[in-house]
Amino acid sequence: MTAEAETIKMENNNRKAWLYLLPAILFLAVFMVYPLFDVFVYSFEEGYNSASQTFTGIGLYNYSYVLHDPYFLQAVQNTFILVIITVPLSTGLALLISVGLASIPKLRELYQTVYFLPYVTNTLAVGLVFMILFKRTPYTDGLANLLLSLVNLGPIDFIDGPYWAKMFVLCFYTVWVVMPFKILILTSALASVRQDYYDAARIDGTSRFRMFYKITLPMISPMLFYLIITGFIGAFKAYSDAVALFGTNLNAAEMNTIVGYVYDMLYGDSGGFPSYASAAAIILFAIVLTITCINLLVSRKHVHY
Amino acid sequence: MKVVLQNLSKAFPSRNKKSKDEVIAVNDFTFEIPDGKLIGLLGPSGCGKSTTLNLICGLQKPTSGRIFFGEDDVTDLPAEHRGVGLVFQNYALYPHLTVRQNICFPLENLKGKDKLSKAQMEQKALAVAKLVQIDELMDRKPSELSGGQQQRVAIARALVKMPRVLLLDEPLSNLDARLRLQTREEIKRIQKETGITTVFVTHDQDEAMSISDLIVVMKDGVLQQIGRPQQVYDDPANLFVAKFLGTPPISVFDGRVADGRLFIGENDVMDVNGAPDGEVCAGIRPEGFVLDKDGPLVCRLNGVEVMGRDISILASHSACEAPVIRAIVSSDNTVERAEDSVRFALKRHKVFLFEKESGKRIAFQV
Repeated sequence: MTAEAETIKMENNNRKAWLYLLPAILFLAVFMVYPLFDVFVYSFEEGYNSASQTFTGIGLYNYSYVLHDPYFLQAVQNTFILVIITVPLSTGLALLISVGLASIPKLRELYQTVYFLPYVTNTLAVGLVFMILFKRTPYTDGLANLLLSLVNLGPIDFIDGPYWAKMFVLCFYTVWVVMPFKILILTSALASVRQDYYDAARIDGTSRFRMFYKITLPMISPMLFYLIITGFIGAFKAYSDAVALFGTNLNAAEMNTIVGYVYDMLYGDSGGFPSYASAAAIILFAIVLTITCINLLVSRKHVHY
Repeated sequence: MKVVLQNLSKAFPSRNKKSKDEVIAVNDFTFEIPDGKLIGLLGPSGCGKSTTLNLICGLQKPTSGRIFFGEDDVTDLPAEHRGVGLVFQNYALYPHLTVRQNICFPLENLKGKDKLSKAQMEQKALAVAKLVQIDELMDRKPSELSGGQQQRVAIARALVKMPRVLLLDEPLSNLDARLRLQTREEIKRIQKETGITTVFVTHDQDEAMSISDLIVVMKDGVLQQIGRPQQVYDDPANLFVAKFLGTPPISVFDGRVADGRLFIGENDVMDVNGAPDGEVCAGIRPEGFVLDKDGPLVCRLNGVEVMGRDISILASHSACEAPVIRAIVSSDNTVERAEDSVRFALKRHKVFLFEKESGKRIAFQV
């Protein structure tokens, strides 16, 4: 074949490839890329009116407004606390439980099912259960307070009380909800580490802790890293959990999250401000992107594929 | 360090929970491995070789019997205190560690008075790496090494803590044919240089024959024969051992002994004084056939393969178990291919008689 004919063939192949990719690209473009781009544009349009589709100017005012809005700052604070507490805690606990599960072959399947239940349970239904656990009503102080009273503490109003108590419930709830998936992933990751490595280490007199630290952890590090990244992203996007616990008026409860703020700006009582919502969404996007990049940089050293 | 196995047995519970039958992987093993020798555990797959190895290294506990290293009874000693080095079939190198870190791994486990400084570890690792000739590759990851190099790293890791016994589980099975030849010489050399008692498991009789000081032939968890490779080949204890050793394999004929003569089919082939009358299996090694125009064993000639040094004659005989008899004769002989029959005389010491039912060897005067 001549070089020319080969080039033509390559071009044909390329065209074919694009043709096959077309449906996916179309859908992605319409439903992902365009909206993203649109949000970006909205966030710079000042005084945008959604009814008349007009705006008064272009600039950074929307960002400035959002960044000076005490509700937004509250939401950012809440989100960061949530992320910093729940991601390490849930991943660590899930790892602990998975390692535990791996060492009890007999009851493993039963426990795996039990631990997985929260994952298939509706968020709002779980929220209701947490209300019962933590909410004070005229008739009862809730199960949590009952337990606290045994050690002569409380009662504390976890749902309408002090900020730290509410934050505790939110973190507790989040950890509990995200753990099943992590346990599922980690137990299968642990099971995929070949027994040979442990046998080899055992013959060489390796202590259990060292085996875990030097063999198990590096071997499951890709999965662990995946869980941490998705954990960060998921926690930054938290919203429904807070609604399930504290109702829709999150600003009043001081429990709003960034996504909650975006939602409120769009549809809430103070709603009808797509420009502010867009600016807040872009800020969230920037935060998540930064954190993910940091994660990727850190992982280069510690994750072994 | 000599290793002694005494009435060693290992039974596994049956998969089927209802039946109480156990699977006996190793059945009443007794043998002694002399100090500083290279031993090949040989047998078809599923015969309990690997289980025996696991019992010696302590990864599995025997159901009954004792294991001694020298004078020490190590039966109840956990694997980490036995001082064994094990090379796994698939090497089990830690993929996230470099060659150096892999080799140092066992040393880093040492505690108390045995604890080594970084420099000492480095020095030991380098010494053993030099021994197996991988000192150039110390900073690579296992995935960046060829199969043969990985094998060497695995051996280095097993050797670095100076084990009392070195165990190799199918060490060559993951290598290609050429590398296999090379590596088995290498294993022999390393074993000689270190003088460590070494046991290796294989199903490949060539491998076992070529490098072992002693071979142990196993079948279905039962020890069949133990001895120097040539001795086991020349003097097999039973039909199984005779068939298992040797390429091309031994040809087995249905035969009959009457009045001290061996009959194969209608052919009265040779005298076997001392063998009792009756039906027997007669095994003849491929090199036991001698071309002879007046030879007593008459076979159909199927073909001739010239292999340079030797000629391989393919023949068949109605009394032979296998459809093809392979006879190896020197290339000084010429075979008339046009003929459709070929006649052989037999070398007496290459012919073995076995009992028909049990496969036990029947002795006769050679």
